[in-house]
Amino acid sequence: MATSYQRDSSWDLSTEFSDNVEKRETLGKVFEIIFLLGLLIGIFILALLLFDIFRDGIARFLTPGFLTENPSRFPDQGGIRPAVVSSILLGIVVIVVTVPIGVGAALYLEEYAPKAWWTAIVEINISNLAGVPSIVYGLLGLGVFNYLLGFGPALISGALTLSLLSLPVIIVTAREAIRAVPDSLRNASYGLGVTKWRTISSHVLPYAIPGILTGVIISISRAIGDAASLIVVGAVGFLTFNPGLFQRFMALPIQIYSYITRPEPGFANAAAATIIALLTLILVLNGVAIYIRQRFSIN
Amino acid sequence: MQNPNFQDDSYQRSRQSLEKNPSEDIYEKIIAVILFACALVSVLTTFGIVVIIFQETFGFFQEVSFAQFFLDTKWTPLFAERHFGVWPLMAGTFLTTAIAMAVAIPLGLCSAIYLSEYAQPKVAAILRPAVELLAGIPTVVYGYFALLFVTPLLRNIVPLEIFNALSAGLMMGVMITPTVGSISLDAIRAVPQSLREGAYALGITKLESIFRVVLPAALSGIIASIILGISRAVGETMTVLIAAGQQPKLTINFAESVETMTAYMAQISGGDSPRGSLNFKTLYAVGALLFLITLALNIVSHWIANRFKEKYE
Repeated sequence: MATSYQRDSSWDLSTEFSDNVEKRETLGKVFEIIFLLGLLIGIFILALLLFDIFRDGIARFLTPGFLTENPSRFPDQGGIRPAVVSSILLGIVVIVVTVPIGVGAALYLEEYAPKAWWTAIVEINISNLAGVPSIVYGLLGLGVFNYLLGFGPALISGALTLSLLSLPVIIVTAREAIRAVPDSLRNASYGLGVTKWRTISSHVLPYAIPGILTGVIISISRAIGDAASLIVVGAVGFLTFNPGLFQRFMALPIQIYSYITRPEPGFANAAAATIIALLTLILVLNGVAIYIRQRFSIN
Repeated sequence: MQNPNFQDDSYQRSRQSLEKNPSEDIYEKIIAVILFACALVSVLTTFGIVVIIFQETFGFFQEVSFAQFFLDTKWTPLFAERHFGVWPLMAGTFLTTAIAMAVAIPLGLCSAIYLSEYAQPKVAAILRPAVELLAGIPTVVYGYFALLFVTPLLRNIVPLEIFNALSAGLMMGVMITPTVGSISLDAIRAVPQSLREGAYALGITKLESIFRVVLPAALSGIIASIILGISRAVGETMTVLIAAGQQPKLTINFAESVETMTAYMAQISGGDSPRGSLNFKTLYAVGALLFLITLALNIVSHWIANRFKEKYE
């Protein structure tokens, strides 16, 4: 402190200070606009992207039979039915596999797991799995489902690969939903002599369901948009039948990729039209998630 | 307990019903075991990734030496004259990632700063989900947009090859913006209001408080978001596969076609190479490298983010 008193001459900084305020505030305004622009550029590009895809694809999307016919060698004929059916089947299997396992794992970690070194490892492991690239899950799926279990490049291999890919996200969101359930609810239940699992199934789970469902739907819509892992597992770009669980399969993103890579110009429009179908599917799923959150959330 | 009123039969019976029912007890234990098994699936997944990837990678390195993989500068595993130098793939990955981060860091930070420091809460409630929509668009769609919209547009200004690192990197950057923005926003919001108020009390302007107080205080969270963004960019596949091309080159020229590690993996797989062949094993060798790089980035990001959390809570 002593030193600051000695530098008396430095006190005239105050005049410099007030002189600059206007300039500094102007600079502040300029930067506020820069920050806002930075934020809006992303949204602007999103709008541009959607506009471009609708311009390229809407006419093709509206051709009769686009959603209901088999693909064709000609860009302006045929449809994307096998891809639509594949994607819906993939989505169903992913839900059936990941929801019970994901919610079960979340319940275990939130309600049962003791505080021990190995539970910490399981937790770190889950957050790391959430960051593993999709294509690496493809390698896992290829090794385990295609070869080890012998399914080959079938829809079930792709679906189980997507399930493993979605699992960490579902566990994380389900845990957040379960953690948000007030402890008073559990204690009230225990106080009446109800056992642990009955407390969970009758009180904790119903309370957490909106949050869990939102997480589930968001991660399913990611899985439906994923292509990299399915390429590795062996999804095909051309199919003329609706696949079963143990047959070769497609998916909407794979159909899009397959259309993009063909040189004839018309296929770009077919790709854009397929993108419209995929985005619509994802939009509907997200709409359902928002509806569930609004409708069932308990405040 | 010595009250004679309670020593009748009905008391004994009701007491019994309150005691633990053995079958109920077993039921509870079975449930706990099932839930534990669910949690175990994630551990098994990691175990599976490590065992399967490194088993095939081990096979790869029995045929191709470390020196060939890490010192050669050519990547031509599908040609007659085979070279297995991974650097061209690393260079392609590095180039597209660098371009992506040059887009994602400024856009993500601007979004985070505006949403936290300037936007009215109601405006932020609309704008934040709007930005996060960018992350929900499938990556194949960004590939389409990069190849068929961005590239033709840029070719009016800069001479570019049809497949080039620039368009793919730019779109990947837009895609990653919400990753950087979201985590940075949380870090910036975690800076206590008292720090800003203390700065204002010293006569500082809002902008100066952002650059001299808020951002330095949130720095670890921001760095964590950037590292996570890099990890996403390194692992991204479809955009680079579609828009950046499939020509492994040791270059930093963004106008040229390059091949990333992920794009090579997508190119080689899909049933083209039979199991046990050397091509099949290169898929896993490159995959192992990709896995290790992204794992390291994720761990570092997580570690930095956790350090900053402890600071203010």
